[in-house]
Amino acid sequence: MVRTPAWIRALQYATLIVGLFIVFFPIYSVFVGSFKTQVEYYQSGLRLPESFLNFDNFAKVYEVGKLGLGFKNILIILVVAVAGNVLLGTMTAYALGRFEFKLRKPIMGMYLIAQIIPAITTQVATFSVIQALGAYNRLSAPILLYIGADVLQIVIYLQYINSIPKDLDESAMIEGASLFRIYRSIIFPLLGPATATLVILKTIQIYNDFYTPYLYMPSQKLRVVSTAIYSFVGPNAAQINVISAGILLIFIPTVVVFLFMQRYIFSGVTSGAVK
Amino acid sequence: MFRMSYKKQRIAILFGFLTVPVLLCLTFSFYPAFSMLAYSFTDWSGVGWDMKWVGFANYAEIFSRPDIFGTFKNNAYYFVGGLVQTAVALYFAVILSGRLKGRNFFRASLFLPYVLHGTAIVIMFRALYHAEYGSLNLLLGEVGLAGWQRMWLGDPALVNVSLAFISVWKYMGLNMVIFIGALQSIPHDYYEAAKIDGASSWQTFRFVTFPSIRRVVELMMILTLTGALEAFEIPYIMMLGANDTSTFVISTLDMAFKFQKAGLASAMAIVLLIMVVLVIAAQRKLLFREEK
Repeated sequence: MVRTPAWIRALQYATLIVGLFIVFFPIYSVFVGSFKTQVEYYQSGLRLPESFLNFDNFAKVYEVGKLGLGFKNILIILVVAVAGNVLLGTMTAYALGRFEFKLRKPIMGMYLIAQIIPAITTQVATFSVIQALGAYNRLSAPILLYIGADVLQIVIYLQYINSIPKDLDESAMIEGASLFRIYRSIIFPLLGPATATLVILKTIQIYNDFYTPYLYMPSQKLRVVSTAIYSFVGPNAAQINVISAGILLIFIPTVVVFLFMQRYIFSGVTSGAVK
Repeated sequence: MFRMSYKKQRIAILFGFLTVPVLLCLTFSFYPAFSMLAYSFTDWSGVGWDMKWVGFANYAEIFSRPDIFGTFKNNAYYFVGGLVQTAVALYFAVILSGRLKGRNFFRASLFLPYVLHGTAIVIMFRALYHAEYGSLNLLLGEVGLAGWQRMWLGDPALVNVSLAFISVWKYMGLNMVIFIGALQSIPHDYYEAAKIDGASSWQTFRFVTFPSIRRVVELMMILTLTGALEAFEIPYIMMLGANDTSTFVISTLDMAFKFQKAGLASAMAIVLLIMVVLVIAAQRKLLFREEK
């Protein structure tokens, strides 16, 4: 790159610091707020809390907001839906990537068109499908809606499959391996890096989703994290300091995942969008 | 299976591996889209299966009722926010692709909001925007800008800007990382050549960087436009669409589930779907024209 003059560098750092401030200021304010008592919250403004050992808000929000239940339900949904996603995604990619057959192009086209239909616009009709299947107000409703592989997943898997030499399949066939065996012992393991990226991205996406659980699982017992925290902003809203504790607790899991898996997340985001 | 010939195995694999995925895609994408189209010509309430064919009456109603079609005005805020977001993301991506101390730290920090929980973010901003105890007004007071304090969610002239900002806050880092990926795929020789020709940094950006990432910029524009058309979560979670913050998707869902007018809601969804498809089709057309 062209060498940058010092004053431009300084300007760049200045804008980056402004950017960081805008990102971290809201997070800072819920962080300090979550350790304050109610009176303290309204009096102390932006200052640090008197004690970072005051966990009352966390205990309260966990209990009243039934956050434990929310975490448990979302975990069940995540495990089943993401596992299903990986299985169906790799299977679809294997079938579409390794075999020539008449319906190959139509199926690819079908996934592309499905991508164009924004899910949020078809909720009214999806709602009646879920009801007809008897999944309404059960954990199976979001699972069914999340489990289908989307085009992004298939495209990423197909790219990986195409980079696996076909010689591998052929030599396995000479040794007498069945086509299923080739999928299980060669293709599936070699798709590992793509799977890692997709698992993380899907997990973030499902954990974040609000409208699916909100629309399809109104039952109190089926609260997930999104609907649990949402119930707090209703008419009987708790104090801001307690809500802050809830927000922080909900942030923690994905931040931890992000810190450890940055590389995969970044590579997934770029390969998913650009290609 | 092990006794089968490869020809039979092939058929078994294709059926076994594709039936479930294809069925899921048909059931949850195509069937809803087509049945919406059918409902949109009826007066269906969404409860039971009684419905009468009403022709284009629902569509006529959408375009004649300003309270329905007018909600697109609020979607425009998210579109403008998206434009700002793309510009900022491109700026940060360019400087964070250069040699800069701590660039991984800056990248990760600016990306962080994208991984944070969406509903919790909106509720966090609700506390932040609070007129009296919200940190934003407190901060403005502390730094001597008390004159800038506002009722961020109470002022009808400001509320949609405040809401659109949340979207910018959350998604800027995502766009930035996508841009960084695109920038890194530009061959280094191009920059060498520009350097030899004595190009300034602006010229390098204008004639080397930008043309190479043009497709990604265009893709981002589509995502911004379709994303703005589909804006829903932030205004809904924040205020259920009150204080004139309702977007088209909120009015569609309200129409279906609150007012039990599933027929009309279906017609609204079809209108939105057509708009999204038109945006994407227009984009395709532009891209193809360029390649010729």
